[in-house]
Amino acid sequence: MELRTHSVVLEAEKCKGCTNCIKQCPTEAIRVRNGKAFILTERCIDCGECIRICENHAKKAVATDLETLAHYDYRVALPAPSLYAQFKVEKPEKIIAALYRFGFDEVYEVAFAAELTTCAIQECVENHPKTNAAGPYPLISSSCPVVTRLVQIRFPSLIPNLLPVDPPYITAAKIFLQERLPRLNIPREKVGLFFITPCPAKITDLNNYGQPLVDGALPINLLFGELNSLLPEQGTVQALPLVHHRSGGIGIGWARAGGESWGVNAENALAVDGIQNVARLLEEIELGKFHDIRYIEALACPQGCVGGALTVENPFVARARIQKLAGRDGAHTLSNEVKMMYADLKRQDAHFFTHDKGIPDQSVLRLDRDLAKAIEKLNQLEAILAKLPEIDCGACGSPTCRSLAEDVVQGNAQMTDCLFILREQLEKLARKLLILAQNRPPAMDWANEKEEENDP
Amino acid sequence: MTEPHVRLEIPVEGNNFTAAGEAASRVKKTLQKLGIDSTLIRRVAIATYEAEMNIVIHADAGKIVLQVDADGITVLAEDRGKGIPDLEKAMTAGFSTASDRVRAMGFGAGMGLPNIKKCTDYLAIDTEVNIGTKVVMKFNYPAAT
Repeated sequence: MELRTHSVVLEAEKCKGCTNCIKQCPTEAIRVRNGKAFILTERCIDCGECIRICENHAKKAVATDLETLAHYDYRVALPAPSLYAQFKVEKPEKIIAALYRFGFDEVYEVAFAAELTTCAIQECVENHPKTNAAGPYPLISSSCPVVTRLVQIRFPSLIPNLLPVDPPYITAAKIFLQERLPRLNIPREKVGLFFITPCPAKITDLNNYGQPLVDGALPINLLFGELNSLLPEQGTVQALPLVHHRSGGIGIGWARAGGESWGVNAENALAVDGIQNVARLLEEIELGKFHDIRYIEALACPQGCVGGALTVENPFVARARIQKLAGRDGAHTLSNEVKMMYADLKRQDAHFFTHDKGIPDQSVLRLDRDLAKAIEKLNQLEAILAKLPEIDCGACGSPTCRSLAEDVVQGNAQMTDCLFILREQLEKLARKLLILAQNRPPAMDWANEKEEENDP
Repeated sequence: MTEPHVRLEIPVEGNNFTAAGEAASRVKKTLQKLGIDSTLIRRVAIATYEAEMNIVIHADAGKIVLQVDADGITVLAEDRGKGIPDLEKAMTAGFSTASDRVRAMGFGAGMGLPNIKKCTDYLAIDTEVNIGTKVVMKFNYPAAT
């Protein structure tokens, strides 16, 4: 298996070895070993659920620090649309202004790229064969990198359903590098391109894209405090120095669950958010349900990207704000600028918005690559499971009794890791000891024992 | 001595739409554990789900039995129920005897058996009116590449 870099990591000194995170992880990617949580790389999808659940803040996302900004002469911010939901402002212009005041030399809206992505998805859904027999149904958006990873490792049979359209943050970086950078007349190495991200998964995705796109990813919660203090006063009209391609409502709407499908506006579309909800839906799609649905927007975070693990505002409040901001110009249409730019970029490169990189099956479910061995292991697993209490307490460090059984079969844990089994074996041993202890040699005197009985 | 195999028997309750799909889901998960090719799993999962739904919709009670060995995958769906009076008709796309209530829930589109046929490599249906139905579905492994 290829070695992947991850953004979600453990801060060991903060971890108390509790089992909250292992129970919450949608891919059972965490174990507690030697009193500390431990992330299984091949299973982690960077969803950030463990960051949310950990009361000791022992899980964090590896991101760029602010000092990095100083390494560049010209700093460009690529703000995710979810950034706009973090502040009490009536229009995104003020937040963009705050980004300039913060020290960015240019702001390039990811929301604008989201509008181009909307065109690309529309075209893909439109061109997909109309009948279930001709192609996999429903199409699943790959805008959320967590969902793409989830499909790869838990639902590989749905890989053909994934739309091959790059997410907006990828497209935004690509457009900047292709369209804007050459006009700046500044060498590439002096231009720092920074994505402002609501979640760790997008950091991982950018890191693993195959070609370097950005020079860093800054979490929203890292910038929040300072940006908040830099917001222009209520009512002031701010002339924005340099904003290329302002996004309309559709692009901004992408920050919330349902925003993408609202923009794409396809017939028989469905939007689902929250990683457990997404997993349940994918489970049902694998059983052949929902083949009458054409396209599914699936976002791992509750309420969509506004609920990302690196955001600040309450996701429900943030979602309402996005709806307000996105609806401010009322129109449910893409601007001519977007449509023309889309057509233009497609003319230059037919695959500008889509990727043909095969998404590999990285299933973590199989017990063994050899069928005979897998059968043997599965039967062992069931036999072990039958002995376990099946109350999924997590005290063994594995999230469920079934996963402990699997860990035992794979040689990564032992039966006595289960407190119930351990106690049972101790009890058996104690009984044996008692029986042995009661076996007296005939020569032994009983007198001392009788006195002892009277002891309190 | 029997060759290494996995056998899984899951009871299915008639008219219980809350638990409907759980048997197919377990079959699917078992096959995933065994590392079966994902395209094949998808076919088995869809066929098993349809067969399970047939028990839930039309029968009193039944079971799904999965057997996996070196030769292939077999899923048996067996029920006690009203049986299929006209098998040929039942195999026709769009034909269904499901009640309006069941159709209102989005089931009973008459695609169950045709869908099963499409997904399986071998299909045998043994049915007797007012006794029950036994559906045997077999799936071959894809040729090694």
